[in-house]
Amino acid sequence: MPTLVLAASSAAPVIHTPHVDYLSILPMLIMMGGALGLMVVSSMFRKVLGVGAGTLVATVVSAAALVAALFQWDEVATHGAKVTVAGAIAFDGFDVFIQITVAVALLLTALIGDGYLRREGVEGPEFHVLAMMSASGAMMMGAANDLIVIFLGLEIMSIALYVLAAFNHKRAESGEAALKYFVLGAFSSAVFVYGIALTYGAAGSTNLPQVADYLSKNVIASNGVLLAGLALLLVGFGFKIAAVPFHMWSPDVYQGSPSPITGFMAAVAKAGAFAALLRVFVSSFGTVRTDWQPMIWLLAILSLVLGAVVALLQKDVKRMMAYSSINHAGFMLLGVEAATAQGVSSSLYYLFTYMFLVIGSFAVITVMARDGDTGHQISDYRGLAQRQPVLALAFAVLLLGQAGAPFTTGFLAKFGVVGAVVATHAYVLAVVAMLSAAIAAFFYLRVAVTMFSPVGPAGDPVAGDAAGYGDGEATGSIGTVGPPVATDGAADDGGVADLRVLTDAPPATAVTERGAVPVPGLTTVALGLCTTFSVVFGIIPGPILDFAHQATLLFT
Amino acid sequence: MSTADFPYLTVLVLAPAVGAAVIALVPRPAVPRRFFETAGAVVAVVTLAVAVAIAVEFKTGDAGFQMVSNNVWAKELGIQWSVGVDGISLFLLVMTALLFPLSMLGAPARRDPKSFVAWLLLMEAACLGSFVSLDLVLFFLFFELTLVPAYFLIAGWGFGRRGYAAIKFFIYTFAGSAFLLVGILAVAFLHQSQTGVLTFELPALMHTHLSGTEGVLLFLAFTAAFAVKAPIFPFHTWSPDAYAEAPTAAAVLLSAVMAKLGTYGIIRFDLNLFPQATRTLAPWLLTLAVIGILYGALVACAQRDLKRLLAYSSLAQIGFIVLGTFAIDSRGLTGGVLQMVNHGLIIATLFIVVGWIYERRGTWQVSGLRGLQSPAPVLAGAFTVGMMASIGLPGLNGFVGEFLVLIGTFETHRWWAVVATLGVIVAAVYLLWAYQQAFHGEPDEEDTRTRDLGWNEKLVIAPLIVLIVAIGVFPKPVLDRITPSVDRLIVHVDGATHTRVPADVLSGAAPVARPQPLAAAAPGASSVAAPTPASLRGAP
Repeated sequence: MPTLVLAASSAAPVIHTPHVDYLSILPMLIMMGGALGLMVVSSMFRKVLGVGAGTLVATVVSAAALVAALFQWDEVATHGAKVTVAGAIAFDGFDVFIQITVAVALLLTALIGDGYLRREGVEGPEFHVLAMMSASGAMMMGAANDLIVIFLGLEIMSIALYVLAAFNHKRAESGEAALKYFVLGAFSSAVFVYGIALTYGAAGSTNLPQVADYLSKNVIASNGVLLAGLALLLVGFGFKIAAVPFHMWSPDVYQGSPSPITGFMAAVAKAGAFAALLRVFVSSFGTVRTDWQPMIWLLAILSLVLGAVVALLQKDVKRMMAYSSINHAGFMLLGVEAATAQGVSSSLYYLFTYMFLVIGSFAVITVMARDGDTGHQISDYRGLAQRQPVLALAFAVLLLGQAGAPFTTGFLAKFGVVGAVVATHAYVLAVVAMLSAAIAAFFYLRVAVTMFSPVGPAGDPVAGDAAGYGDGEATGSIGTVGPPVATDGAADDGGVADLRVLTDAPPATAVTERGAVPVPGLTTVALGLCTTFSVVFGIIPGPILDFAHQATLLFT
Repeated sequence: MSTADFPYLTVLVLAPAVGAAVIALVPRPAVPRRFFETAGAVVAVVTLAVAVAIAVEFKTGDAGFQMVSNNVWAKELGIQWSVGVDGISLFLLVMTALLFPLSMLGAPARRDPKSFVAWLLLMEAACLGSFVSLDLVLFFLFFELTLVPAYFLIAGWGFGRRGYAAIKFFIYTFAGSAFLLVGILAVAFLHQSQTGVLTFELPALMHTHLSGTEGVLLFLAFTAAFAVKAPIFPFHTWSPDAYAEAPTAAAVLLSAVMAKLGTYGIIRFDLNLFPQATRTLAPWLLTLAVIGILYGALVACAQRDLKRLLAYSSLAQIGFIVLGTFAIDSRGLTGGVLQMVNHGLIIATLFIVVGWIYERRGTWQVSGLRGLQSPAPVLAGAFTVGMMASIGLPGLNGFVGEFLVLIGTFETHRWWAVVATLGVIVAAVYLLWAYQQAFHGEPDEEDTRTRDLGWNEKLVIAPLIVLIVAIGVFPKPVLDRITPSVDRLIVHVDGATHTRVPADVLSGAAPVARPQPLAAAAPGASSVAAPTPASLRGAP
C-alpha cells in the first residue's frame, strides 16, 4: 500500500520499508493475532463465551503456531538460515527450536489452565490472552537478531507475565507476588536497557552480527564500557532466568502465582531469556568469551549450589520447585559457559525437555492444590499413591526426570550440558554440577517417597517431612501388622481399601479429609503428554537429540 | 551355531525391566492378592534361566568378551548399547539372577507387594545391566538406576530410622557417582582429542594415552564412586545404617549384589582404563583394604545387633576383595573375583536367616536370643554354614577365595597380606561369639517356641547352602572360567605399565614396574597362573 501512494506523488521522498519475510515471523504473528482477536471478541460477547471458548482459541492458536514453526523448520532445513526484516530477525534452526518450544508450552498451559479457571471460578479469557501475548514475546526473543528487538520481546513477555502472576484476584499472595515480580522485573529491564546503551557505545551497533563483526575486526584497547555493557546485559538476563544472585523474586513469585502460570513462567520465561542469552553471548560476544565466561561460571556455580541446597529446606512444594528451577537454570548456564556448538545444542535440549517436566509437575501441583490453590505443603502429598496411583506415578516420573534419573530425558539433558563443559576442560564446574544434582535428587525423591508412604495418623505434625517416614513408632506398627489382619477385614474390599488396612491404618477422618482430588480431562491429556514424552524420549533419545543438534545458530 | 547370535545379555537385562513395567501397570483391584508376588517370582526365575543359559553357552578358556551385542543408542551423544560377558562378570550375573528370586521368596514385603516386587525387578535389571555394560555411559546409567529402587525399598519398607538411612545411602552414593560421570566424560573427550572418534566403549577407551597426572586424577574420580558403593573404608559409614534399616530383601541385595558393583567397577574400569595409576596407587588402596578388614572385624565384635554385625563383617569381606584386586597378581585377582561371588552367597544366606529370626522373634539383638539351636535346628544349621564359610573354613567357598587372595597378595605385597590375615582370626571371634550367644545356652520359654524353618524357607536356603559347599569342595569349574579373563587383565596392566617405564622413572611418580616377562602370565591354560618369580615381590 505505501508504495502505491508514493508512486502517485513522485516528488515526495521514498521511504524504503524493509522487505518482510512473513514466514520467519509467522508463529509470533499467529500468537499476537490470536491474543488480540480473543481479547476483542471476548469483550464484545462477554456473556456468551465461557471458559471453554478461551481454552479452545488458545489451543487452536498454539497448535497453529506449532504448525507454522514446523513449516519454518522445513524452510530452514531446505533453504538454509538467513537474516530477515532488515537484519532484525534471525531465521535459523535455533530460532525455530525456540518457537516450537514456546508453542508447545502454551498448548500444555492452555490445557492445564482450563481446569484451574473452572475450579477457582476465575472468569475470563484474559488468562489465555495474556499467556498468548507472553508467548509471542518469548518467541520474539528467540528470533531477535538485534538488542532492541530482544528488549521488545523481553517486555512483551514480562508485562503479560506480571499481570498473569496476579491473575487470581481472590488470593492475596497472588497480588503480592505480582507486585514483587513487577518491581524487580521493571528494575532489571532498566538495567538491561542500560546494558544495551553501553554495548552500543562500545561496538557502535545494536545489531548482533554487526557487534560480532566489529569485535572480531577491532581490538578495543580500553574495554571498560564493553565489559560494563556485558555485565549489565547479564544482570538483565540473570533476573529473567532467575540465576543466583538475581533470584530473590522467584520463590515468592512462584509460590504466589496461580499454579499453571508458575509452570508456564518457569518454562517460557526461561526459554525466551536463555534463547536471547545464548544468541547474544555465544554468537555476538563469542570473540570476547574469555571476558564473560568467568561471570557465567560464577553464576552457574552459585545457582547450582544455592538452588539445590535451599530447596532441601522447603516445606512448600511450589517454593521447592522455585529453588529447583534455580538449580536447573544453573545447569542450562553450563551450556552457555561452554560457548560451543555442543554447549548451545545441549542447552536447547535441556530447555525443551525441562519445559515438559516443569509444566507437567505444575499440572500435578495445580490439581493437588484443591479449591483455593492452597494445598502446597509436601505433607499434602502423603498417601497420594494409595488414593490416585496414576497421578502419583506421573508425578514421580516427572520428579525423577528433573532429578536426572537414568532413562528419562532429564538424564540426557544433564549429561549433555555436563559433557559440554567437560569438553572445554571446566572440570570443577562439572563436578559441582553433578554434586548439586545429587543434592537435588534427594529433595525430588523426598516428595516421591512421601507420595508412596501410607497416610500417617491424623494430625501428625511431621507427616511428609523428611523425618516423618523415619519415626520409629509408625514403623513399628507397620512391622507388627502382618498378613493375619489383612485377611481379616479387607479381602473382600480388595484394591485400595485393603492396602489401607495392610499399612498402619489411619483413622477414618484422615482419609475423608484427604479424599481423591479431581483431575480434569484436559489436565490429564497434558500430564499424559509430559510424562510420555519424558519417558519415551529418555529411552529412545535419538529424535529429540537430533532435533536439538540441528538447531544451530546462524552465526557462531 | 545359531544360538550364538541370540542376544542373551539384552534379554537378560530386559526381562526383569519389562516385568517391572508390566507389574507396575497392572491395577491392584483387577487381580487376586497373590498375583504380584507370583508374577515377580516367575519373572525372576525366567531371568535366572536366561543367566544359566548364558553360563552354559559361555566358552571356557576364552578370555575376551562373549555374546557381545552392539547397537547405537544415542548417536549424537556417542552412547552405544554395548553389552558383553567375560569370566569376571559371568558368575556375578548368575549370582545376581539367583539371589533376586530367592530374596523375593524368602523375604516378601510386609505391605504393598505390588510396588515392592516392581522395585525389586527394576533393581535386578539395573544390576544385571551394570555387570554386562561395555559402554561406560551405559554402565553409568545402570549404576545410577540401581539407586532409585534401592532408595524406595529402604524408605518405603525399612525399619526404624529408614528415612535417615535411605537419605544417607542415597546422598553418599550419588555424590560418588558425580565424580564418576565427570571422569567418564573426561576419558572420552581425551580419547576423542587423540583419535577424533567420540565413543564411550571400554575396548576403545582402553587405548587412550593418559599422562601420569591425568591417569591418577581420573582413577580417583572413578574410584570415588566405586569406593562408596563397595564400600571401602573410610567411605563405608552409610552401609551399617542402610543394611540395618533396610527390609531383609533389600539388605540381602544391597550387600550381596549392589556392593559388588563397586568392586566390579574397580576391576573392570580402573584396571583396564588406568593401569598405570592402578599400580601407582595400589599401596594406598591395599592399605585401605587392610584397615577395612581389621576395622570391620573389630567393630563387628562390638555389635549387639545381628544386622549391624553382618554389615561390619561385610566391610571386612569387601576388604579382602579389594586386597586381591590391588595385589595385581593373577591369583589374587582370581581370588578377588571369586570372593565377590562367595561373599554374595554367604552374606545373602546370613541376612536371610537373620531376617527369619526377626520374623519369629521381632528382634535382632543378640541379647534377646538364647539357645535357638534346640527349637530351630535347621535355622541354626543354615546360619552355621554361612558363618563358617564367612570365617573361611576349608571345604566351604569362603576359604578358596580368601586363600587365593592372601597368596596373591603375599607374592606381591607381603606385609599387607600378613596383617590382613589377622582379620580372618578376628572374624572367627565375632561370628562364633554371636552364634554362641544366640544359638547356644539354655533357651527361655519364648526361645523354645521359636519355629524352625518351614518347607518353603528350606527351599529358599537350600540352593545357597549347596553352592557354598559346592564351590568350596570343587571350585575348578568356576576358576577355569574366571582365570583366562583375569590373566588377560593382568597382562594388560603389566603391559601398560611396562611400556611406559621410562616415563615413570623420569617422573618418579610410580614404583618401578615389575620386570615380569609378559609371557609368564599370558597363557591361561592352568587354572591358577604360573608361579610368580621371587624377584617380583618388592613392588613399592
